[in-house]
Amino acid sequence: MMSRLLPFPMLSLLLWLSWLLLNGFSWGHGLLGLVLAVVLPLGTRPFWPNVPRLRDFPKLVRFVLVVHWDIITANVVVARLILGSPRKLRPAFVELPLELTDDFAITLLASTISLTPGTVSADVSEDRRTLLIHALDMDDEAELVAQIKQRYERPLKEIFEC
Amino acid sequence: MDQVVEFLVSAAILVGGVFALVGSIGLARLPDFYLRLHGPTKASTLGVGGTILASLLFFSWQERALQLQEVLIALFLFITAPVSAHMLAKAAMHRDLKRREDTRGRPWKQ
Amino acid sequence: MLAIALPIGFGLIVLALLLNLYRLLRGPTLPDRALALDTMYINAIALIVLYGIATDGKLYFEAGMLIALIGFVSTVAVAKYMTRGDIIE
Repeated sequence: MMSRLLPFPMLSLLLWLSWLLLNGFSWGHGLLGLVLAVVLPLGTRPFWPNVPRLRDFPKLVRFVLVVHWDIITANVVVARLILGSPRKLRPAFVELPLELTDDFAITLLASTISLTPGTVSADVSEDRRTLLIHALDMDDEAELVAQIKQRYERPLKEIFEC
Repeated sequence: MDQVVEFLVSAAILVGGVFALVGSIGLARLPDFYLRLHGPTKASTLGVGGTILASLLFFSWQERALQLQEVLIALFLFITAPVSAHMLAKAAMHRDLKRREDTRGRPWKQ
Repeated sequence: MLAIALPIGFGLIVLALLLNLYRLLRGPTLPDRALALDTMYINAIALIVLYGIATDGKLYFEAGMLIALIGFVSTVAVAKYMTRGDIIE
């Protein structure tokens, strides 16, 4: 019954919270937001890809905190690289073999890579096995791949069952 | 105005402004498209993040109540910035844009 | 203190916008110009948010939100057009 009414509980929660943020916290908007949070996921259900079940919520919180911290440090590092001599940069295209299989998790990983130190995800292969990354300043390919795997891919793999 | 809040708001504005500028400097001076892509995706996002934090603090202090609306803009930008960077990178690879000669590895054929 | 920080903040972001304009006009390729526009709308949001603080107006939040939505959709549309030669397949 519950899963019929709320196919995507996290999405519903997010919708409800954004509605309250947009319109201010009051009882009326709380109720209206609640209706929307139930109706919208039901109505758009056919358009959603298979969203994996969240397995480990505390790990997700930790992951979000780690990523935010990395975004801040990444910016300082990138700022220094940008203001320094462009000749010293060692740009590279790197192929990252993926262990994640789920589309949603891969999207999250690609977004995380784009937001963190000197790397932008450029493409995913047709078979979803490899991610193409462009690095602003790469020292050693194996090291970069290992770092991304250890810091972002493994937690994501543990957070979603896939 | 309360000294501490005023200081924090000012600091957030300056940090945000500096990062926005750094991102744009990267866009203006780096030698090839793929390198230019790095500045805006990160620095500019943090630039907006800084100003939004400032606005958040400022209005929360003024109205004596937590004002979280601005977070929505930051959240939206954080979700969309990687997507637009990804799409632009694909477009660049499709057009086979020139990259600096010392770039290791190669982009994929689109 | 805020009276000093705000004009400096405005100055920094206007400078950033000018640099984006330079890249927009200079190119040299279409993706470069699209990227310049993308950066420009993000910086414009920062400018609007700052303006909201300066004039103490809460309405500017809505303007910022709208620009964020429209800017993202247009960047994606332009990028898609450049890869596929078509926006809606």
